[in-house]
Amino acid sequence: MVAQNIGFGIIALMMVVGALRVVTTTNVVHAALWLVVVLSGGAAQYVLLGAEFIAITQVLVYVGAVMVLFLFGIMLTRTRIGREGGLNNPHWKWGIPVALLTLAATVLTLVSSFGGEKLPEDAAPISTQAVSDQIFGPYLLPFWALSFVLLAAVIGAIVLARKD
Amino acid sequence: MSWLLAFEVPYWGQSVFRVLGGLVAVLLPAGTIVYVFLFKMMSFMQSRLGPMEAGPYGSLQLVAEVGKWLQKEDIVPANADRKIFKMAPVVVLLSTFLLVAVVPFGPDAWFTNFETGIFYALAVSSVSVLGILMAGWASANKYSLLGGLRAAGQLIAYELPMVLAVIGVVIQAGTMNLQEIVVAQNAGSIFGFDGLGNPYIITQFVGFVVFMIAIQAELTQTPFDMPIAESELVSGYMTEYSGFRFLIFFIGEFATAGVFAMIASTLFLGGWGVPFAWFGWESVDQVDNWMNFAGPVIVITKMMLITFLVMWARFSYPRFREDQLQRFAWKVLIPISLVNIMVTAVFKVAL
Repeated sequence: MVAQNIGFGIIALMMVVGALRVVTTTNVVHAALWLVVVLSGGAAQYVLLGAEFIAITQVLVYVGAVMVLFLFGIMLTRTRIGREGGLNNPHWKWGIPVALLTLAATVLTLVSSFGGEKLPEDAAPISTQAVSDQIFGPYLLPFWALSFVLLAAVIGAIVLARKD
Repeated sequence: MSWLLAFEVPYWGQSVFRVLGGLVAVLLPAGTIVYVFLFKMMSFMQSRLGPMEAGPYGSLQLVAEVGKWLQKEDIVPANADRKIFKMAPVVVLLSTFLLVAVVPFGPDAWFTNFETGIFYALAVSSVSVLGILMAGWASANKYSLLGGLRAAGQLIAYELPMVLAVIGVVIQAGTMNLQEIVVAQNAGSIFGFDGLGNPYIITQFVGFVVFMIAIQAELTQTPFDMPIAESELVSGYMTEYSGFRFLIFFIGEFATAGVFAMIASTLFLGGWGVPFAWFGWESVDQVDNWMNFAGPVIVITKMMLITFLVMWARFSYPRFREDQLQRFAWKVLIPISLVNIMVTAVFKVAL
C-alpha cells in the first residue's frame, strides 16, 4: 500500500459523495457547487498520475470557466435560497440503466486495454512537451476535427443569439 | 551562509517552513500595500496626511483596524444560505494562497517548482471567481447578487487577455516554468550587451501593458470596480459581510494584488534575479547562495513598483461603464494580444 493509493482512496470517496450530492441536493446552486468538488477531485487524481498539464487544464477549463458560467447562468435566471421542489425530471428512473451501461462500457474498455499496465512508483511527471508532441504529432487529425466542432459551436451560438 | 545550507531539514520540517513562508509572503505584502499605498499615497495625492495618530506617521493604523474588525460581531443575514455565506471568503483567500505557491524567490528559495508554473497560476487565479459568486448569491441581497454577477462577467472577460499576454513571454522563454523564465531573462543579452540581462518588459512591452490592464480588472481595482461600485451597489458582493469575514475579503483583495504584482515582476522584470553577467554566472547552478536572501528583497521591491502602477491608475481614473468594459476587453485587448503572439512567434522562428 503506497501513499498514492491512500490518496486515491480519499479523493475518490470525496468525488463519489460529491457526485451523489449533485443529484440528491434540493438546491440548484448547491448542486453546481458539489459538481465543483467532483471536478476538482478529478484534477487531484490527474496530479496523482503525474499528469500535471492535464490536471491544471482541468482546473482552468472546468472549475474556472465551465462552472463559473453554470453558476452565472443559474444566478441570472433562478436565484432562490433554500429548498426547491420539482427539480426532478419525471423520467429520472430511466437514467439509472443508462448510467450503469455507460459505466460498464467505460470499465470494460479501460480494463481490457490498460488492465495489465502499472505506473512505476517513482515515475517523473509527464512533461508538457511530451503532451504537445503527441497532440501535434500522431493526434493532429483528431485535434483539427475537435477545433472544427468548436468553430461550428461558436458559429451556431452566434446564429442563435442574433435575431436579425 | 554554508552552515545554514549544511543543516538537513526533514520533509515535515520543510513543509512547516513552506506554510510559514507562504503566510509571510501573502500577509506581509498585503499589509505593506495597504499602509503605503491605500493609506499614505492616496492621501498625499489628495493633499491630506492620512492616518497620523496610531504610531509614528500612522504606521500602526493597520493593527488598530485589524483589532477593530476582529472585535465586531459576525452577522449572517436571516435569509442567507449560512454555510455558503461563511465559506465564500475562505475560497477567495484560498486562491491567493494557491497562487503564491509558484512564485520563485531565489535560486533555491521557492515553495514548489512546477514545470507548468505560469499555467497553474492562471488556472488557480480563476478559483476566486467562484468565491465571489458564492458570496454574492448566498447573501440573499439583490445588491450583492448584482455585484457577484458583474464580477463574474468582468473576470471571465479579462482572464482571456491575461492568458494571451502571458503566451508571448512563454514563447520567448520557451518554458512555462517561472524559475526558468527568470533565468532566461537574467542570463540573456540585448544584441550582445548583457549588462541588463534581457527583461521581457522590453521585447514584450505590448504584452506587459495588456497584462497590467488585465490584472487591474482581475483585482477589481478602480477603473474596473463595477462589482463593488459603492455609488450603485453599496459594496457589491461584500455588502452583507462584517467583522472578520469582511477582513478576509479585504486581505484577499490586497494580498492578491501583491501576488499578481510578484508574478508580473517575475514574467516581465526578471523576478528575483540580477543580470547574471554582473557576477559572471552562466546558469542557475552557479548563482551564489546569498541570492536566496537577496532574492526575496528584490522580488518585493519590484512588486512594490508594479503595485504602485496599479494603485496610481486606481486613484486616477473614473469607473468604466459595463458596455465600455466588455467592449474594451473583447475588441481592443484580445486582438492586440493575438497580434502580439503572432509577431513573437514569427520572431522566435526567424531569429
